[in-house]
Amino acid sequence: MKPKTQRLFLLVLAIVAVLGAVLLAMSALKDQAAYFYAPADVAREGAPQGRNVRIGGMVRQGSIRRNADGVTIDFVVRDDSPHVINVRYRGIVPDLFREESGVVAEGRFQESGLFVADEILAKHDENYMPPQLDVKKGEHKSESLK
Amino acid sequence: MQTLANPARFLKIARPLTPVLGWGGALLIVGALAVGLFVAPRDYLQGESVRIIYVHVPAAWLGMGGWTGLAIASFMQLVWRHPLAAIAARAIAVPGAVFAALCLVTGSLWGKPTWGTYWQWDARLTSMLILLFLYIAYIALDDAERERGGEGRIAAIFGLVGAINIPIIHYSVEYWNTLHQGQSISFLRASSTVDASMLWPLLVSAAGFSLLFGAIVLMRMRAALARQKVEARLRRYS
Repeated sequence: MKPKTQRLFLLVLAIVAVLGAVLLAMSALKDQAAYFYAPADVAREGAPQGRNVRIGGMVRQGSIRRNADGVTIDFVVRDDSPHVINVRYRGIVPDLFREESGVVAEGRFQESGLFVADEILAKHDENYMPPQLDVKKGEHKSESLK
Repeated sequence: MQTLANPARFLKIARPLTPVLGWGGALLIVGALAVGLFVAPRDYLQGESVRIIYVHVPAAWLGMGGWTGLAIASFMQLVWRHPLAAIAARAIAVPGAVFAALCLVTGSLWGKPTWGTYWQWDARLTSMLILLFLYIAYIALDDAERERGGEGRIAAIFGLVGAINIPIIHYSVEYWNTLHQGQSISFLRASSTVDASMLWPLLVSAAGFSLLFGAIVLMRMRAALARQKVEARLRRYS
């Protein structure tokens, strides 16, 4: 074998080996590196107690309720599964926090199953479009249009 | 590729190509950003803050594309021992690092008004930060190796191994649940969830930044070749 061919062969072999190692590592990290628990994950594995976790999903349509004190809100996080998580948060939410939009909340589960959040982050989807188009598609209801 | 591996022939093409890419890129960037900032519509959800996309996405693509190019050059250097391949890999590292950093900074500024945070350790953001660290490590390693008179083979191996981060960045938003949204534009499937009125200035901006990236790489390669020539002559006279 010519040295050039030998180097090519060795290098391709090394790349395949490293790639295999990475795939194995990624599959091992599948759950550990997840940024948040979805309602389906919580239903499957049980609510993690006594430590700070992040949960995420969609804010269910019509579920945001503002409490009498004016700064505490309750809402329901859903995903594609039939399971939901009830969340309570006291504070200011990001502008993009709205119903039928993505949300990530950090906090703790209470024994009752209620999730009390210290921080709310908004997660938007991969769609970008002008406002006029959105009204036409009717995917998101805008308060100002009523 | 074989004909380009000859430095003299490379210079013959690179010399006139550099200003074409540089000025062409600058023109496209100015045009695309003007359209992006003043003509393109605001987003239905994010409002005006969406306009940072015209810098953020091209920077992300070039940060990742840069390392892909660096890895290909490293591969060619290791297998065929092309001296020009080593020079190309080194030339890519600095602009690649700059664009990776630009992606992180613009992404952070974009995250505050939309997500409500400058930084979170989700898989996409973390893997992109690792890419910046890989660039910095590559530059340091390559400099150290050259100072000792090496040919840059250790740096080339590092460049090749570091390439595994590129598919990790790409698939991070599909494989793990993340704060960062999923993929909007796929060249493989030729599909996009970005409205046409925002997509075309984005693609023109990406083309402009790519040309500029190419011009910077050619300039750095020419500078490296010139330095080699100077060093060779100095050795002959001393």
